[in-house]
Amino acid sequence: MTELAIDVQGLVKRFGDKVAVNGVDLQLPKGEVWGFLGPNGSGKTTTIRMICGLLKIDKGSGQCLGFNVLTQAEQIRRLTGYMTQKFSFWNDLTIHENLDFVARLYQLPGRKAYVQQTLEKLGLHHRQKQLAGELSGGWKQRLALAAVTMHQPKLLLLDEPTAGVDPQARRDFWDEIHHLSSQGLTVLVSTHYMDEAERCDKIVYLANGELITQGTVPDIIHNAKLFTYRAQGEGVRLITEKLRAHEAIAHASYFGAALHVSGYHKAELLQAIQQVAPDVDWQAVEPSLEDVFIALMDKAGQDKRSYQ
Amino acid sequence: MSLLPTGLMASLARLLAIANKELIQMRRDRMTFAMMLGIPMMQLVLFGYAINTDPKQLPTAVVAEEQSPIIRTLLNGLQNSGYYHLKYNLQDPAAADTLLAKGDVSFVVTFPSGFTRRLIKGERPQLLIEADASDPSASSNAISRAQTIIDSALTHELKGPLADLNPGLSPVELIIHRRYNPQGLTQYNIVPGLLGVIITMTMVMITGMAMTREVEQGTIENLLAMPAKPLEVMLGKIMPYVGVGAVQTAVILLAAYYLFAVPFAGSLTLLLASVGLFIIANLALGFTFSTLAKSQMQAMQLTFFFFLPSLLLSGFMFPFRGMPIWAQWLGEVLPLTHFLRIVRGVMLKNADFYTVAQELLAIVLFTLAVGLLAILRYKRTLD
Repeated sequence: MTELAIDVQGLVKRFGDKVAVNGVDLQLPKGEVWGFLGPNGSGKTTTIRMICGLLKIDKGSGQCLGFNVLTQAEQIRRLTGYMTQKFSFWNDLTIHENLDFVARLYQLPGRKAYVQQTLEKLGLHHRQKQLAGELSGGWKQRLALAAVTMHQPKLLLLDEPTAGVDPQARRDFWDEIHHLSSQGLTVLVSTHYMDEAERCDKIVYLANGELITQGTVPDIIHNAKLFTYRAQGEGVRLITEKLRAHEAIAHASYFGAALHVSGYHKAELLQAIQQVAPDVDWQAVEPSLEDVFIALMDKAGQDKRSYQ
Repeated sequence: MSLLPTGLMASLARLLAIANKELIQMRRDRMTFAMMLGIPMMQLVLFGYAINTDPKQLPTAVVAEEQSPIIRTLLNGLQNSGYYHLKYNLQDPAAADTLLAKGDVSFVVTFPSGFTRRLIKGERPQLLIEADASDPSASSNAISRAQTIIDSALTHELKGPLADLNPGLSPVELIIHRRYNPQGLTQYNIVPGLLGVIITMTMVMITGMAMTREVEQGTIENLLAMPAKPLEVMLGKIMPYVGVGAVQTAVILLAAYYLFAVPFAGSLTLLLASVGLFIIANLALGFTFSTLAKSQMQAMQLTFFFFLPSLLLSGFMFPFRGMPIWAQWLGEVLPLTHFLRIVRGVMLKNADFYTVAQELLAIVLFTLAVGLLAILRYKRTLD
């Protein structure tokens, strides 16, 4: 059996009378890159913060890197790199000063040379005296990634690290993540981007503080048992709302100019689209990850509404 | 149709929209709202009740070797005037001197030996009133009234056969010593006091921002995720500002000496050690504020909330002993009160360590209490 970097059961976190995370289990094997997905407010950030000891765990148990998540937060923090969506280093320190500060807090041996080495690897060597606040979003996140991996953690927790970053910088960022993973680092990364989700070994999908599904991308698509039809053309736009209103249709949304219509029962779905839009040329397609997620999100939303 | 032109109406509508938004935001920020109401209330109570520019009931020590009805009459006269509160009755002049140096009493009234006998013989004996003039405004009214009080007390006493002792000239020769500040120069009091006020103001505010800035900029998440213990964070954030305080101290002391010609009677080492302690006390308080406040704005408001009574109740602006007892007790909590006694004591009165030990202890206790609160309040998680 593979060793687990994260092995937690039944994590619960409440803020006042709101339950942010409601009994999440997570078993993340060492050396893998896992994607953490789910709508805003689904509890991704809260779960990550509980794992690295930044929030108290109200209920639940488990271990992280062999340490008890309830009692050994200090040890877990030492072996974890945690990076937030918002640049949480010091804008009014230079690039060099930020890295040097981190290196000093972790008491890294051969600090000066190591900081220089990190700067060179980052490609920020010639800009090291620039204030971190002057960097572009993409560079800021690369600097942050370098800073949180300086102490050579065993686990990386990345909370929407590429939000608001351009595609080129995102690709560079992910290359770096895979490079780190190839060196044995375990990574849990939350994201809203489907292309990033597809770069992960496995995906965990959260909604309303509960784990809805997990697995590889094909697994998740397969397990969703969703059927999707695709159509395009002028006539389609006019009937979109009608399609959405139909109860056999889980969701209808555009991918470029094409409309994807998905449902959980193939026969009913087919009947529905033929009834609402008989003149349109429908094609059966493999549902994409996005189709699945939108359907899951809608389903979770409906559950929540009916629950309330 | 409106009476106003359309352009003006539109402008007014936008103006009202902005005013409404401000009102909503003001109401939402409870702390600011409380401050806006709280500070004027505090000012009202403090100014109204505690501050008294004609201080009365000033603590007084009496040194008299003998007891006599005439002395008792004179003491009653002083007491009944409302200015002098006779707290100590001593035989030993040295003990009275210590009380004056410590600031426990504002006046020492001394009846030399043979006072009664010489008075009855019509020899105009001397009556000595020594005043702590380090704060001239605290003692001036009591001093200026002294002669009148004594004369009118004696008018009642010297009747019948003794009446002719009471012609135009006062039967008692009143000697007044303005100790520590014979010329009654206010800067002798204000300049050393400013040292404490400036340190209080700047140190509390600077560290008040310490944690709130990390919270507002989101860097707190990183700081918490890294291995730094609360005490390390607190001391690390305080340390650089001890240096800033040291520079301030040097500038003020040099200015006091060279610009304002304030005498320096006591030990520089003792003064600097006290200043160091006082700086740390204020930095610790600032750090505590920054663990209590949710934003830099709130930290700033807490600073002012603390600064105001420090200014008004410490004896810096108004005579400490002139305040009602409850205000004096409130003043005793403030480190500035104790620091003012130390700095005035050491600079003007040549007070030694033992004289100011009590005040130093008070500042140490304040620092420990505030530091402990800060450590307890410092959250190691984002909860």
